[in-house]
Order: sequence, then C-alpha cells, then structure tokens
Amino acid sequence: MKFKRIVFFTIVFFILVVFFFALKKSNIYNTKNLIGQKIEPFEIISFENNEIVTEKNLQENNFTLINFWASWCSPCRVEHPFLISLSKTKKVKLIGVNFKDKKRNAQNFLNTLGNPYDLIVTDNNGTYSIHFGIYGIPESILIDKELKILAKFIGPIDKDDYKKIFEIIKNDKKYN
Amino acid sequence: MLSNIGNIFFILNILVTISIIYFCYHSVRDKKYNLAKIVKLSILQSTFAIMTFATLIAAFIISDFSLITVYENSHSAKPLFYKISGAWGNHEGSLLLWISIMSIFSFLYLIINEKSNSNSLLITTVCQNFLILAFLFFSLINSNPFSKILPIPPDGLGLNPILQDPALAIHPPLLYIGFVGSSIYFSAALSSLITGYNNKNFAIQIKPWVKVTWFFQSLGIIVGSIWAYYELGWGGFWFWDPVENASLMPWFAMTALIHSLIILERRESLYSWVIILCLLTFILSVTGTFLVRSGILNSVHTFANDPSRGLYILVLLFLMVVISFAIFFTKTKKETYIFENFSKEVFILSNNWFMAFYLITVFIGTVYPIFTEVLLNNKISVGPPFYNLVIAPIIIPFLFFMALGPNSSWIKFKSFDKKKFVIVLFLSIIVNLAMIKFFGGLSTLSNLIIISSLFLIIYSILDFIFSAKEKKHLNISRAVSHLGFGLLMMFIIINHNFSFEKDANLKVGETEKFESYEITFSKLRLDKRENYNALIGDFIFKDRKSGIVRNLQPEIRIYNDPETLTYEASIRTNIFRDYYLTMSNIDRSDFYNIKFQNKPFMIWIWISAIIISLGGIQRLFIFKK
Amino acid sequence: MIKNITKLSLILLFLSSNAFSESVFDEAKIFKNIRCLVCQGQSIADSNSEFAQTIKIVVRDQIKEGKNEKEIYDFLSNKFGEWIIYKPKFNYRNSILWLLPYLSLILGGILIYKFLRKRKN
Repeated sequence: MKFKRIVFFTIVFFILVVFFFALKKSNIYNTKNLIGQKIEPFEIISFENNEIVTEKNLQENNFTLINFWASWCSPCRVEHPFLISLSKTKKVKLIGVNFKDKKRNAQNFLNTLGNPYDLIVTDNNGTYSIHFGIYGIPESILIDKELKILAKFIGPIDKDDYKKIFEIIKNDKKYN
Repeated sequence: MLSNIGNIFFILNILVTISIIYFCYHSVRDKKYNLAKIVKLSILQSTFAIMTFATLIAAFIISDFSLITVYENSHSAKPLFYKISGAWGNHEGSLLLWISIMSIFSFLYLIINEKSNSNSLLITTVCQNFLILAFLFFSLINSNPFSKILPIPPDGLGLNPILQDPALAIHPPLLYIGFVGSSIYFSAALSSLITGYNNKNFAIQIKPWVKVTWFFQSLGIIVGSIWAYYELGWGGFWFWDPVENASLMPWFAMTALIHSLIILERRESLYSWVIILCLLTFILSVTGTFLVRSGILNSVHTFANDPSRGLYILVLLFLMVVISFAIFFTKTKKETYIFENFSKEVFILSNNWFMAFYLITVFIGTVYPIFTEVLLNNKISVGPPFYNLVIAPIIIPFLFFMALGPNSSWIKFKSFDKKKFVIVLFLSIIVNLAMIKFFGGLSTLSNLIIISSLFLIIYSILDFIFSAKEKKHLNISRAVSHLGFGLLMMFIIINHNFSFEKDANLKVGETEKFESYEITFSKLRLDKRENYNALIGDFIFKDRKSGIVRNLQPEIRIYNDPETLTYEASIRTNIFRDYYLTMSNIDRSDFYNIKFQNKPFMIWIWISAIIISLGGIQRLFIFKK
Repeated sequence: MIKNITKLSLILLFLSSNAFSESVFDEAKIFKNIRCLVCQGQSIADSNSEFAQTIKIVVRDQIKEGKNEKEIYDFLSNKFGEWIIYKPKFNYRNSILWLLPYLSLILGGILIYKFLRKRKN
C-alpha cells in the first residue's frame, strides 16, 4: 500500500510541477528551429528586370537581411523607416521579397516611402517564402556570408530588433 | 452601484458558507443533528449565489460598462439575448454560474437525502462547502466579475461574433451542470470514506446524481459539437481540440462510474474503485478547467487568459488531489475481488477497462505537448490523426463487449449463446456487404467497426424484442444507450468515409463542375441586419445524377463592433445527407473561395448521440413513478 | 449448422475487408494533417487564411514533383517546427505518447484477469 501511495503522489507532483512551469512559457509561436540552419539553393526572379536571383546573390556581403514585405501589409509601413536607416548604415545588405503583391502597388509603395533594398525579388504566389519558413508578413531573416541563419524576426522590425541586429553583427566573431 | 451590490452578495455568501461549515462541524462533533438549520442556511446560500449571478446578468442587460467584465464582453448594440448569454460566456461570469450550480447541488443533495444517515450527510455538506468556499475566494479575489474600470468607457468591446449563437448560449450551462455537478459525489465519496458509510446505500444515494450529471455532460458535449459543425464553418464536428478533450475526460470517468456503481449496488464489491472514480471525475473537471483557462494550450475556443488565474486553479487542484487521496489512502481497506469468468461483473469491469484506456489516451494526447515543451523545449501538435489511429481499433472489441455484457448474468457463468452470436455476426456481415455494394469500398478497419457496431445494434434490438415477448425485465436505460452508441459509431464511420469535399475559387456568374455536381454562383447581395451586415452568396447546386437542385446561401457576416468577419455555412439537411456550403472572400481579388461538402447521415449522428444521453434520464422517470 | 454459418461469415468477412480496401493518396488527408500556424487550432484544410492558401499550393507542387507524404511533412517540419504536423512522429521522444495508451490497456487487462476465478473442473 505504501509503495502505491508513493508512486501515485510522485506522478501527481510531477504532472502538476510541469503544469506550473508551463504557465510561465510564452504562448507565441516562433520558428526558432530555423536559427543555425543554412538557406537552401533557390532561384527567384528579380522585381525590377525579371533576372534570375540565386543564393549566390546573398553571399556578396558579410551580413544580409532578407525582408518579406507587401504593399497591402500595414505593419510593413511601420517597419519601413527602420529598414531605411538600416540601409544607410551600409553594414547589412538588404534583400526585399515582395510577397503576393501587384507590381504597380509595390512600386508605388517604394516611391512614396523610399526604397531601402539593395535587391528586390518577387514571390507572386507566396511559395518561395514558405521555403524560407515564413508564415506571416512582415518577417525578416538575418544571415551571414555562409548563408547561415543568425536571427529571425517575426512581425515588423522595431527599435529592439534594430538594436539586436547590430548586436549580432558586433558579436559575430567570424566576420569581425 | 451594481458592483457594490454584487460584492455585498459575495461577502454574504462567504459568511453563510463559513457558517454552514461551522454548524455542520458542531452537529457532527456533538452528535446533535439539527438539519433544519443547515437546510435553511443552504437555501440562503443558493439564494445569494443566484443573486450574485443575477446582479451580473443585470449589469449585462443595462450595459453597465463601469464593470470590466461587461466592458470586455458586451456592447450596447448587441441583441438582448446575447447580452444575457454574454454573462456566462466569459471567465469571470462563468465562475458565478459555477458557484451557483455547486450551491444548488449542495442544497438539493441535503433535502433529497434528509432521511438518510445524518452523520455522513453533514460531512458531505462540509466537503462541498469547502469547495464552494475555494471557488468563492477564487472568484472574489482573482477573477472578480464586479471589478470596476475608470474612467467609464462609452461602449463595450463586444462579444466575439462566433459566440453569438443560441447553441453556444446554452452550451456552458449544460456542461457545467455536468462537470460542476460532479463535485457533489466527490464530496459524498470523501464523506463515505471518513464515516465508513455503508457501501450499498452509498451507491444508491449517489446513483441518480451521477446519472443526471452524465446526462447533462453528454448533452453539453453534443450541443457544443453541433455548434462547431454549423458555426466554425469547416464541416467537422469533432476536432480533438484541447477544449473538447477537457469536456470528454470527465465524461469517460462518469461513464465508468455509472457502470461500476451497479456492481457496488448489487454485489457490494469494488468500493475503492468507485470512490476513486468519484474523486477522479471532479478532479478531471478542474484539470480541464485549468488547461482551458490558464492559456497553456492552443485551442479553437479561447478564454482570454492570464497566468495568475492558472496558478490559483493549479494550487486548488493540488490541494484537492492531495487531501482527497490522502484521506483515501488512510481510510480505504484492502478488498479482494473474485469474479467468475463471463459473469456480468466482468463485463461491467471491462467497460471500465475501455473507459480507462480512452481516458488515458485523451489525457496523454492533450497534455503531452505541454510536457515536451517544458521538458524538451520542443513544441509538438497532437491532433486528430493521433486519436483516430490509437482509439479506432479498440472500438471494435468494445462494441462486442457492449453487446454481450447485458446478456450475461450475475455471479455465475451462464452458458454462452453461441448460436445467437454466430447468427447475429453473420447478419452484421451481410448488412455490411450490402452497404459496400450500395456506397462503395471502405478500409479494413472501417469495415470491422461497422460490422461490430451492427452487431451491437442487432443485439440491442433483439434485447428489446425478447424482453417484450417473454415479459422479462429489461433495463431500458442501458438498452437505449447501448443502441445509441452502436448507431453513433456506425454513422460516424459511414460519414467519415463517404463525405465528399471540394473547394474552388469562383466569381459571380461562374459555374464549377466536379464529379456529378454542378455549382453556380448566381448572385451576391448585401443585407443589413441587427448588429451586422451580411454578404450573401446565392448558389444553385445541381446533382446531375439524381437531378436534385438546391439553393444554398452561405454568408459572410461583417460585425461592426468590433469589426469582425465570420463565415456562415449554408446547410441543407435531409435524412440521408447534408449539403454544406461555405464561402469566404479572397483578399485583393473578385474571387470567392467556396467549399462544398456532401456529408451523409449527419442528422443521424446527432440523433444517435441524443439517444445515448437519453438513456441517462430514462431510469429517473421510472424511478419517480 | 452453426459451424457452416461461422465458416461462411469468415469468408464474407475476408471478402468485405480485402476486396474493397484501398489506400488513396489524397491531398485532403495531407491538408488535414497540417496545422494552420496563424489560426486558432485549425488545419489548413479548414482555413482560408493567406498562410493556408500558400501552404496548399506548396503541398500540391510537391505532390506533382513526386514527393511522398513523409517527405512533405519532413520539409514542412524542417521549416516550421514539428508543431505544424498534427500527427506526431513516432520517435524516442514521442514514444511515451504512442505507447502509454496501449501499455495501460494491457495492464488493465492483466488486472481484470487477476480478479477472475478460474473455474475448476
């Protein structure tokens, strides 16, 4: 009987303690498993002149930020000033992936708010973005020269994310 | 103003509850049983509980936005009916309903069993009132529905439109009578342990309560899934979602309890197991509440949640489990069970065996993602494919046991009627073959489930016929529920296998053809309704094979405060099938995504489920006569 | 007589189970097994969100490329984590999830068996 008691209460405590720690976990889902992975080879056409862009275009700089955006996405307007000032620092190459957008609208968007991107590619039906592990717009991925994913930002880039990008660049031993 | 009234009722309620515990304790200690006083106090307690709840409902009706709960869950432009149902559609308000049900059950249990053993009755009341007290404090301190907001907002945030539905208005009260009501046999079980109250009488005393709560729990689950079927708009009715699982787990425990109570009543055996099930039912109800309201699980149905709430329920759960099982382990005596092969006892035990299996499967499936996330930092999903794969094969032996069990006899081994068994099995296989001929092929597993459910159906019908012919006693409530279950399984499998589903993107004026069906999107119109605008699509559906033509009008509803889109399915029901059509807008285009479904025997799934639940109250009517 | 019916039943059972069983590779089944990450507890089959629409295109493309079910799930869980698949993989981490229900069933069976009085004679 005593043995049964001990087994029973141990199981109950174990379950309840796990529940307790679960209360503290954040419920927001992130695709953190992508960090550390490498970008796989791809071929996408560019926004301006329909040229083929591949993973090699992402290796021209030590650090590249791939930003997924669309003219219909209002949070993209919020993060846009950060992208513009990021492009002015010249520390990061900016690639924009135009997600399920009409070319004319996207062009208008850039004309009015400015174009921070070094290169823009077009993802007409959104399938390329899936290959990058994107599930909402906007999202951004920071990679290094070897195409390794250093960080992923879900939702618009804000002040903290902006600082974090520089921190990552500063602390990265390989390219400093 | 209403906030003060509500809080005063709260305080009064707490005082009454404490005095009930005090007086009960005194009468037990002094062995002077003065029930009349305690009954009076219980009336007062139930009245205060109902008045607290009524105060909140009043605040919802007059849209008193000085209360946070009303502000967050209501809007002045909402129809009156949904203002009222909004009172229990949120966490804080539902706790008041919870407390009211616990108090009313406490009172009813007291007056119905007035003539039974006073000692045991009083201790039951003490246990129940400790539970009530715990929830009163939870509600008052952590989730007070009468908290005020300053400055008073001009209008409320509104109730989620998909909750503005008659089925969902009655769904929570039904479910609460079920699993909150189970607190009464949790208390009775503790009291029985403490006082050593006679086994057989204990079984007779709690039986009607188990049945009533089981009936309401079943009904609550059915109404919930009917709602999900027509409101959530994807044509399914059970998703193994954490919230659904939370309501299903106590149901399994209750069902096991109903069966093992029979053994306790007839054979005075299995006492400890019955006590465990009594305790487990309410513990599972609170566990489910914790899982749903603490927000640690992702689910279709969400309560707005915060961790402090979860912590309180967790502490309560911890205390309940530890105290109740500490009492159990100290008071319970070792029993030895010896049953004859193929006796009724063994069949009833096998029901408990299967129920335990289903319960453990659902429990582990629901909490496993929490464990992997906390212990391994890896988030996984456990969804329908898991449950279907694990549970479906075990349905087959379960159905056979359900058919054979009632025909066995107590204590002794009755020679097994092989002839009947083989003939019924043969008939089931023939009917199954006929179905295959009529509908088309099925997988092996589906075939076997259909054959075994047919086996149960035929056996149950034969039970009806033979008992009528030979004027033998028939346990109608059992026969009805078992028949219902056989039907339910059969229709679910047929529905699952032969549902047709297709989606397409259409513009107004276009026609889509698939297989023998043809759907024309003839018109799109806008209709202004009480608190929303409806975008209605007029579709003409044609089945070229049978020549059936139907008009279907799915809607996209645009609710204004706050602006939310909901998709309303258009369903044409007949006794053979449901035609089900939903329409949704595609952003930045003129196309609409339509999804057409042909779901055979939908109505029969509801009917069979209701037949099952009716078995629970059938006995009560006879009991009363 | 009973024996004949039994034999006949078994033959018919065999017929009904095997002759008609078929396993179709259908996309609906795959869609139902993929969680719509931006929705509340729905599969992409049940959702019309931007994300669900895009994933459907990707899955259809991959079916066309000749990928099998497992390869598609592996691709998606590699990108979005195991959370996106409703049917957990059978691996050592999930072994308790898959095995515990059946272990409990066997244990329960043994327990009941122990209560049975063996009929002597």
